[in-house]
Amino acid sequence: MKMMFHRTNKDLARMDGKKFGVDQIMTVLCFLIMTTVVILPVVMIIYNTFWDGTKLDLDMFARVILREENLEALKNTVIIAIFATLFATIVGVFFAWLLGRSDIPLKGLMRWLFSIPFMIPPFLAAMAWDMMFSGRGGYINRMLMSIFNLKDAPFNINTVAGIIVIEIVYYFPFVYMQVVSALERMDPTLEESARIAGAKQWYVIRKITLPLTIPAISSGTLLVLITSLSNYGIPSMLGYSKNIFTLPTMIVERVNRAGGDFQGIREATALSVVLVIVVSIALFVQRKLLKAGRYDIIKGKSMRPAMIKLRAAKYPLLIFSIIFLVLVVLTPLVIILLVSFLRAYGLPFAFENFSLVNYQKILIGNIAVTDSIKNSLFLGFGSGIVCLFLGVMLSYVIYKVKPKGSGALETLAVLPYSLPGTVMAIGCILAWSGAVFGITLYNTIWIIMVAYIARYLSYTLKSCSASLQQVHLSLEEASRSCGATHMQSLMDITLPLIKPAMVSSFFLVFLPAMRELTTSVLLYGPNSRTLGVQIQQLRVNGYMTQAAALSVVTIAIIMICNGVVKAITKDRKGV
Amino acid sequence: MVKYENVTVRYGSHTVVENFSLEVHKGEILGIVGPSGCGKTTLVRALGGFLNPDHGEISINGELVYSKSKRINRSPEARRLGIVFQDYAVWPHLSVWDNVMYPLKKRRVPKDKAAEMVRHALEQVRMKGYEKYMPSQLSGGQQQRVAIARALTCSNDLIIMDEPITNLDAKLREGMLDEIRMLQQRLQTTIIYITHDQEAALQLCDRVVIMEPNGRISQIGTDEEIIEHPANRFVFSFIGVSNFIPVVERAGRYYLWQVKEELCYAASAPRGYLSGKANVMGVRPMDIVFDGASPVKGVITQAVFLGSLYNFFVRVNDVELRVQRSTLDSLDGHEYREGETVGLRFLNEKYYEAEEGEV
Repeated sequence: MKMMFHRTNKDLARMDGKKFGVDQIMTVLCFLIMTTVVILPVVMIIYNTFWDGTKLDLDMFARVILREENLEALKNTVIIAIFATLFATIVGVFFAWLLGRSDIPLKGLMRWLFSIPFMIPPFLAAMAWDMMFSGRGGYINRMLMSIFNLKDAPFNINTVAGIIVIEIVYYFPFVYMQVVSALERMDPTLEESARIAGAKQWYVIRKITLPLTIPAISSGTLLVLITSLSNYGIPSMLGYSKNIFTLPTMIVERVNRAGGDFQGIREATALSVVLVIVVSIALFVQRKLLKAGRYDIIKGKSMRPAMIKLRAAKYPLLIFSIIFLVLVVLTPLVIILLVSFLRAYGLPFAFENFSLVNYQKILIGNIAVTDSIKNSLFLGFGSGIVCLFLGVMLSYVIYKVKPKGSGALETLAVLPYSLPGTVMAIGCILAWSGAVFGITLYNTIWIIMVAYIARYLSYTLKSCSASLQQVHLSLEEASRSCGATHMQSLMDITLPLIKPAMVSSFFLVFLPAMRELTTSVLLYGPNSRTLGVQIQQLRVNGYMTQAAALSVVTIAIIMICNGVVKAITKDRKGV
Repeated sequence: MVKYENVTVRYGSHTVVENFSLEVHKGEILGIVGPSGCGKTTLVRALGGFLNPDHGEISINGELVYSKSKRINRSPEARRLGIVFQDYAVWPHLSVWDNVMYPLKKRRVPKDKAAEMVRHALEQVRMKGYEKYMPSQLSGGQQQRVAIARALTCSNDLIIMDEPITNLDAKLREGMLDEIRMLQQRLQTTIIYITHDQEAALQLCDRVVIMEPNGRISQIGTDEEIIEHPANRFVFSFIGVSNFIPVVERAGRYYLWQVKEELCYAASAPRGYLSGKANVMGVRPMDIVFDGASPVKGVITQAVFLGSLYNFFVRVNDVELRVQRSTLDSLDGHEYREGETVGLRFLNEKYYEAEEGEV
């Protein structure tokens, strides 16, 4: 873009005229990109659901909704979401209170344990749990059967209840994170004054602390609810073999069964509309509930609240918490790691059964696997960089240029965040399956790229705009009056000032893109498998140990990148 | 040097300044003073090119930089102004040296000449030795100096300062004013100084423009002219503490706000009295003197010693007047106490037309 402007006075004058400035170009670009990337797929979904090519067609929608297996999937989705959300909230709030407000020891260790689920993709966690508790084949089930001489497996994870349990253990850290930060920022005088007024400890927790953290709890709850409703990984890993479907897995199943038949894809599209409706209802209900009470008690600055003494309950609670967290967070990792070293799946964990042969098989000579690693890295870097620049441009346009319709632009950018990944993928199939200007995106890696960009743009937008709003307008004006053109002042002043946010926002996209499964499972072609898809394929084809080895590789990549982000954001200078 | 002609700026339906015309002479410090929200910053932004007026023309150094009707709009970088922003706007990611160097880099000044200019500018603001510091390592006053040095390298003949000392503490403010004054005398730079602090403006500036809240100019003049001859009631009350007392003329005699024989304060028309109108007398606390012979009597409700002067509140009927008396005057004479009845005489009083509901 820099090339377009020669620094002559005529151009300078025109740049700041009404017609053709950098600002105007960026604004137009933003609207164009958001229209193609976000509006087009969404419109295509609605269009294909209710229009059969020649006329308005409501029959298909009605037929799809009323089909028994779809109703069953809808029922499962809602039941799983409600129970998973409810219990994840209870567990999350409990731990948040324990770490944020009590004097329990080993908080550092526990905080670290809480950060792990954020790094492991849900389908990998589900795969690990499946290895432990799936009927008679699960390792822990077999262990328990031999210890207690049981005839039947004590646990069966391949049920709706099993899916609920795994979603609870996977999602409660989301609630924990929201609530603990609210607790830490809460003004301690609010609680202290209640204590001074003579209220008992338990009364204070019930009547003061809990109500004050309701906004944080409910935003954590909403996050879990929406993620659970649109989650594909966990139900597909745990339920598929027993024909237990939820809406997202059913959508994928429809597309797979259709085998390219357009009617099948239309049915998947109709299911997508159902899923979006369910998610919208959840959003609507949450908003209604939240409206009842909004408090502004949480101050921006961090304070040191008084910690509540647990006294006799201290060590029992500590032991319980550590065991629970280790069991829930670490065992899946350990199992995957152990399985990845096994010569064959099903062998006991004994030293003579361990080898590195799985790693050798997947990393050397297995083109499908190496391709998937390359693809995921490419997609991660590509979508990260594109989202980064789009995010900077969008936030600049929305918060600095402020054109007419900037509100709409913002809504468009965050819309895909609340759209289930499966739905976004269906939209991309519909929008990009034909040749556009002679270029076919379908079955190539580019369609996945477009879907990732749409899904993750809101991450970079949020991070960059928060940082950009801190850059006062006068900093840019000062450089303009010092003789810098608009473009130069963006390059010299604004961009360097938001650079730390830009770096971390790149990783905000790169990390989830590396472990993505939900959209890529619908969009991958023969040459564009991602890591997630490849792991799933290995597992479905029975190469459990290799799937585990590839999972370990994935988790390692993610953890290394996570470490890099931490290192970068730590020495961020105060701006 | 700078000329505003009939400049009008609107935000939506709200008019900030209307038909604003002003000429700034070369080599002067011109203060633009007004209460917050009167459009001072709008004028700076229009001059800098960050905002396009809806009407009018602006020229700098004889060159038209903005004209609505002639469709001229020079970009900010082409206007060659040094601007000192209220929040300093020192770039936090650049060192002091790089901050001050930036304008020269953008104007492609040869390196050694530029280095010489940066050194000179830093010397002028007494920031020599801080070249390698980052802005976060400097105090507010030092950042302000860096901002001024940067404005100096940007343009050595015209600098606009938008509330440059508002964010400094009182002591620093005083010193900074002196420094700006000395700097200007050394370099003969034209400075436009924007502030809401009338005292600072009167102290620093050669000429002061007083703006009303609606964006109109009330008065342009030197500090003396403005203090001695305030153009209207707004200026009078804006530049200092003041008492306003409605007065009435009855049969050639002049009374304070109530037709009572004992509150007659003048037997003949006072200077400046607007005959045939409802009058309000404006008088400064220093211009009310105690005089036992005056028919206007009041009771001292409060006497406060402020070091160089005494501050009194004197109740005359229902109205409390503020009276100030220099400590020197009090030394040799009578000491006035709370509860005492005193006579009041008015000096240098000004007359303005009363607003509705005042009389």
